[in-house]
Amino acid sequence: MKIIVGVKRVVDYNVRIQVKPDGSGVVTDGVKMSLNPFDEIAIEEALRIKESGKAEEVIAVTIGAKACQEQLRTALAMGADRAIHVETDEGIQPLTAARIFKALCDKEAPKLVIFGKQAIDDDNSQTAQMLAALSHWPQATFASEVVIDADTASVTREVDAGLETLSVDLPAVVSADLRLNEPRYVKLPDIMKAKRKPIDTVSISDLGVEVAAGIKVLKTTAPAKRQAGIMVETVEQLVVALKEKGLIK
Amino acid sequence: MNKVLVIAEHDGSNLNGSTARAISCAKDIQAESIDIVVLAADGSSVAEQAAALAGVNKVLLVQNPANEHPVAAFLAPQIESLATDYTHVLAPSTTFGKDLMPRIAAHLGVPQISDIMRVESATIFDRPVYAGNAIITVEAPAGIIVGTVRTASYPVAENGGSASIENREVSVELPSHTRFVSVSTGGGEERPDLQAAATVVSGGRGVGSEENFKVIYGLADKLGAAVGASRAAVDVGFIPNDHQVGQTGKIIAPDLYMAFGISGAIQHLAGIKDAGTIVAVNKDADAPIFEVADFGLVGDLFQVIEDLEKALA
Ligand SMILES: Cc1cc2nc3c(=O)[nH]c(=O)nc-3n(C[C@H](O)[C@H](O)[C@H](O)COP(=O)(O)OP(=O)(O)OC[C@H]3O[C@@H](n4cnc5c(N)ncnc54)[C@H](O)[C@@H]3O)c2cc1C
Ligand SMILES: Nc1ncnc2c1ncn2[C@@H]1O[C@H](COP(=O)(O)O)[C@@H](O)[C@H]1O
Repeated sequence: MKIIVGVKRVVDYNVRIQVKPDGSGVVTDGVKMSLNPFDEIAIEEALRIKESGKAEEVIAVTIGAKACQEQLRTALAMGADRAIHVETDEGIQPLTAARIFKALCDKEAPKLVIFGKQAIDDDNSQTAQMLAALSHWPQATFASEVVIDADTASVTREVDAGLETLSVDLPAVVSADLRLNEPRYVKLPDIMKAKRKPIDTVSISDLGVEVAAGIKVLKTTAPAKRQAGIMVETVEQLVVALKEKGLIK
Repeated sequence: MNKVLVIAEHDGSNLNGSTARAISCAKDIQAESIDIVVLAADGSSVAEQAAALAGVNKVLLVQNPANEHPVAAFLAPQIESLATDYTHVLAPSTTFGKDLMPRIAAHLGVPQISDIMRVESATIFDRPVYAGNAIITVEAPAGIIVGTVRTASYPVAENGGSASIENREVSVELPSHTRFVSVSTGGGEERPDLQAAATVVSGGRGVGSEENFKVIYGLADKLGAAVGASRAAVDVGFIPNDHQVGQTGKIIAPDLYMAFGISGAIQHLAGIKDAGTIVAVNKDADAPIFEVADFGLVGDLFQVIEDLEKALA
């Protein structure tokens, strides 16, 4: 079987985000960009399924500008077999992204699609569920364990109550949570090898996808900052302060 | 005129408090009516709790054995068939709502607005991005508005309502491709719920071991508090995943949040921005958590907790 993995280029998770003073967005010039951390986990899971003999091919897909090829190269260096770059300079929202993935699934017929549970730029957490809806496929979001068994997958999900297990027929869409696995380190020879792996570039119109009416961002603002507090020297001072505020008895 | 439908989150017997927070958000839309839909196998007691929330006009009760557990693939088609009577469909931004709502939005062909933290108008909303380090004001396009509500931004709607309860038959074909197997909780149900508690005592990697976490539980019990944790503490197995606080865990707004041995990574802080008072105890005076703490104390967490227990005795 084939596995498709969605990989998004995002501002690195260590970057301290700065809102532009004119409210037009956040500063991305000269800022370190990376593979969305959840997508790294998604790729790793796909590779492990392949290495266990349960899949033949792992295809990494990104939607975005030319620079996103960097993240595809990372996915290829980790071990993905090939990559598809859906090139566009527009910001693509989850519903359109899901439609694009649907078109790719119609073409590639994967048995499994793995996404990150959320892209850490927009924090939407929608694309996996939307693809599953459009394809009428099962979804297993926030996965912390995936066990493939012939035509079904047993997926453990991190939910607010604890851990939930679903059994789903394949094809299915899974979204990866943090504890699904620990992604491998990419070694230099793998980076060299990845340079020779194929990246197909297609446009949204090549795929016959209509861009959905999206949400319009009117402005971007910095969040209210918490007031810097005070340092106390002793537990007694702390207790007095909390009692004064009525927070402890 | 606007009509809002809120999806009830529940466990079969109790309405989850996050639903009452979503109702508070719905009220800001200034709708003509706010209805709640309870999808359950046997939902009469949940429906009664929903009907008691002030501001709710009607409770729709959809009973079906397939609704015993909240499986998005089963719930979504049922809700879609009701949604067309409404201008807005909302659910709390919990794992329940996050899993379910995009499936509904996609079928309706509309985008979803995730984590609504403020209603500017019936079509304009504020929501956090980049782990809450920026807030965007967004306008929804024409069509039904599907959204999830950032529960930490809204108070629990009060009781005192007496909405009518209407049984609804929904005849849509449900898929057979998904089977619920089991759910297991991390235990500790005897303690207050992390998302509802007024006080939360949290431990990080600095606590050192699962065994050591007993001191965190001990202090929490003394304060009647819920127990939280950083991702690092969960990852190394000190405490189950349902205690994780942060961007990718639970976003909480207790009156008092006490962080022990947590450095204060931005992903963790994203979960506690709305806490009333933050207390941080860390042996490293340069730990970033002190930049947001109302009261910081540099010291060994075990010593501090011991002294606190004495002071509270
Ligand atoms: C995509 C992504 C999402 C993430 N989501 C989350 C999330 O939702 N929630 C979350 O918490 N993290 C999240 N993280 C992880 C986050 O970046 C940090 O790694 C994590 O929060 C660190 O946890 P910590 O503070 O417990 O550990 P550390 O950073 O290791 O800090 C331990 C602290 O304990 C102190 N300490 C040690 N011993 C003692 C002692 N005896 N007494 C007092 N202090 C002591 C140390 O000085 C140190 O400051 C995420 C990361 C990524 C990449
Ligand atoms: N532009 C994109 N290119 C590739 N994958 C994407 C893109 N947008 C979203 N995804 C996938 O969908 C997941 C969830 O994204 P989101 O719904 O935006 O939070 C991400 O972790 C990716 O796996």
